[in-house]
Amino acid sequence: MSILNHPPSEVDLSALKGRALNLRRKMMAMASGKGEGYIAQGLAMADCLASLYFHEMRYDPQDPEWPGRDRFVLSTGHYSIAMYAVLAEACILSPDELPTYGLNGSRLPMSTFDETPGVEMVGGSLGHGLGQAVGMAMGLRLDGSSARVFCEFSDGELQEGSTWEAAMAGATFNCDNLVVLVDCNGIQADGPVTVRIEPVADKLSAFGYETVEINGNSVEQLTSALAAARTANGKPKAIVMRTTPGFGIPTIMARDRAHFVRIDPSEWTALAQELETHNG
Amino acid sequence: MAEAQTVSGRTRGMGELIDVAGKVTEIAPFGHTLAALASERPEIVGLTADMGRYSDILPFRDAHPKRFFNVGMAEQSLIMTAAGLAKTGKIAYCTTYSVFITRRAYDFVALACAHSMANVKIFAGMPGLVNGYGATHQATEDLNMMRGIADLTIIDPCDATELKQVVRAVADIPGTVYVRNLRGKVPVELGEDYRFEVGKAKVLRPGRDVGIISTGYMTARALDAGRIAQEQGIDAGVLHVGTIKPFDAASVIAFAKRFDRIVIAENHKTSGGLASLVVEALYEAGIVKPTIKIGLADSFFECGSQEYLEAKYGVDLSRFVRAIVDAQ
Repeated sequence: MSILNHPPSEVDLSALKGRALNLRRKMMAMASGKGEGYIAQGLAMADCLASLYFHEMRYDPQDPEWPGRDRFVLSTGHYSIAMYAVLAEACILSPDELPTYGLNGSRLPMSTFDETPGVEMVGGSLGHGLGQAVGMAMGLRLDGSSARVFCEFSDGELQEGSTWEAAMAGATFNCDNLVVLVDCNGIQADGPVTVRIEPVADKLSAFGYETVEINGNSVEQLTSALAAARTANGKPKAIVMRTTPGFGIPTIMARDRAHFVRIDPSEWTALAQELETHNG
Repeated sequence: MAEAQTVSGRTRGMGELIDVAGKVTEIAPFGHTLAALASERPEIVGLTADMGRYSDILPFRDAHPKRFFNVGMAEQSLIMTAAGLAKTGKIAYCTTYSVFITRRAYDFVALACAHSMANVKIFAGMPGLVNGYGATHQATEDLNMMRGIADLTIIDPCDATELKQVVRAVADIPGTVYVRNLRGKVPVELGEDYRFEVGKAKVLRPGRDVGIISTGYMTARALDAGRIAQEQGIDAGVLHVGTIKPFDAASVIAFAKRFDRIVIAENHKTSGGLASLVVEALYEAGIVKPTIKIGLADSFFECGSQEYLEAKYGVDLSRFVRAIVDAQ
C-alpha cells in the first residue's frame, strides 16, 4: 500500500507544472492517434488534474478501489482524454494503453465509463456528476471516513436542472467533505455558452457553498484554493475555475469551434512543438 | 399511517388499496420490514423525495434517523444521491411515486444506477390505478419503460406477504431493483408458506379450465375471481409473475400449455407490460391459444375513486369473473 499526497506536503509548483505538461503531452499523443477529440477541454483541465492527483488527493495507485481514497468524480464524461492522461501519469493505467483511446474494444472510450480503473462513474450524460458526488460524500461521512470527494462539472452542465437539484442536496446535507470544481470554459457543443448561467460563483454561494473564483490554468491559484477547501466547517466548497480551452497550445486556443477539435494529420507535429515551446 | 377515506364516490387517501373490507391487512409493510432489516444490516440507508409519509418509509426514519435522507421534491437528486451512496458500499432504498421515478429520473436510473450495477433499491409507489389523482399520478406505463433498462430487476408484488419478503430479498440481489410498492393498509392475500424468489413465477392455484397469468395486486383479484368462478363450477389456475424482469418464460410456457384458454392480468397498460411479455414468450414457443388481456388501454386516465376507475376501465372483479366464466 502506497498512499500518495498523504499527509499533505508543501506545494512544489515546478513539479506540478511539469506534471501538467506531461498530461498535455499524453493528451496530444492520444488525440493525434485518433485525429480528433475533446482536446481543447482536456488541455484546459491539465492544471486542475495535476494539482489534484499530484498534490491534493489521497489515493493508492496500486489499489484504485481502496475504500479510504479521495474520489474524483468527472461529470463531463467527454473530458475522458484528460482523465486517461492523469490516470496514466498516476500509474493507475498503463501508459501503453493510451494509444487505444477511442478505438473499438478499448477500455478508454471517448466518453467515460466506470469499467475503466480509476473512473468513478458513467459520465456521458451531462448533469450526473454532482448528485453522485453528494451521495458519495454522505456515504463516506456515514462510515466515519476522512476521505473527501472532488467533483468536476462544467459551466455547460449548469444548464442541466439536475445539477441544481444536487447543489441543493450538497448544502442541505452539510457535505463539507465535498469540493466542487466548476470548469467555466465558456463553450458548449453549439458554440459559446449562450444561456445566462452567470454569475456562477454568486449562485453557488447563494446555494450554500463556500466559493472562490480562480484562474483554472494556474497551479498556484488551484493549490491555494484546494488548501483552503480542506476546512471541515459544515459547508461544501466550490472552486469556480475560469479556464481557456486548448490552454498550452496557442493554435488550439485560437480555434473558434473548440468543443470538438479535428486536426489535419499534417498539423500534429507543429502543435506538439507549440506545446513544448510555450510550456517547456 | 394510512389516512384513507372510505366515503363512497370520493377519491381515497393516496394509494389506499381497495378490497380491504373483510380482508386481513398490514399497515406499512414496506417501512416496518425495512426498519427491522436495517437493524441487522448497517449498510442500509433510506431516502425519499418528499414522499416519506406517502411511501411508508417513516418507520425506517424513526428507527434509523441518521441513515434517512429526504432530498426534497427532486427525483433526479434522489436517484443520483442513492447511486453515490451505493458507490460507497451502501444499500440505498429510495422511495417516491412510480410516475416521478420513471418519467422524471429515467436517465439517472439507467446510467447512474443500472449501468453501474449500483445497489439502489427503488420502491416506487402508486402503481397503475392505485392512485386516484389522474394521469399525473398514475404509473400505467412504468413496467414498459423500466423493462427497457438493461441490468435492472423489476418486481410487482401481490400483497403484504410478498412485499415484506421482497424488501428483504432485494438487499441481496446485486445491482438496481425497481419495485412497485404498495402502501397503507395492504391486504394479506398469500399464505405464510408463500416464498418469493426473484425471477420465479409461482403457481398459486393449479386449476383445470382456464389459466390466469397475473402480476402485482391483480393477482389478488385473480384469486378472488377464481374463488367466485369455482362456485360456478369453473376451476381457474393462477400463475403469479412477481418478477417482471428477469421474466420467467419457462414457467409461463409450462403453465400455459395446461390450459385451452389464457387470461393475462396486470395493473398496467396491456401494451409493454406482462401481457406483451407473455404473448411474446408463448408465440416464440409455438403456443397460440385464445387469450384475454385484462389491463389498461393506451390512454391517460381520469381522477376518481379506485372502484370507479377500475370499473370504468375494465380491471375490476366483475371483469375478471366475466373473463373466466364467460371467456369474454
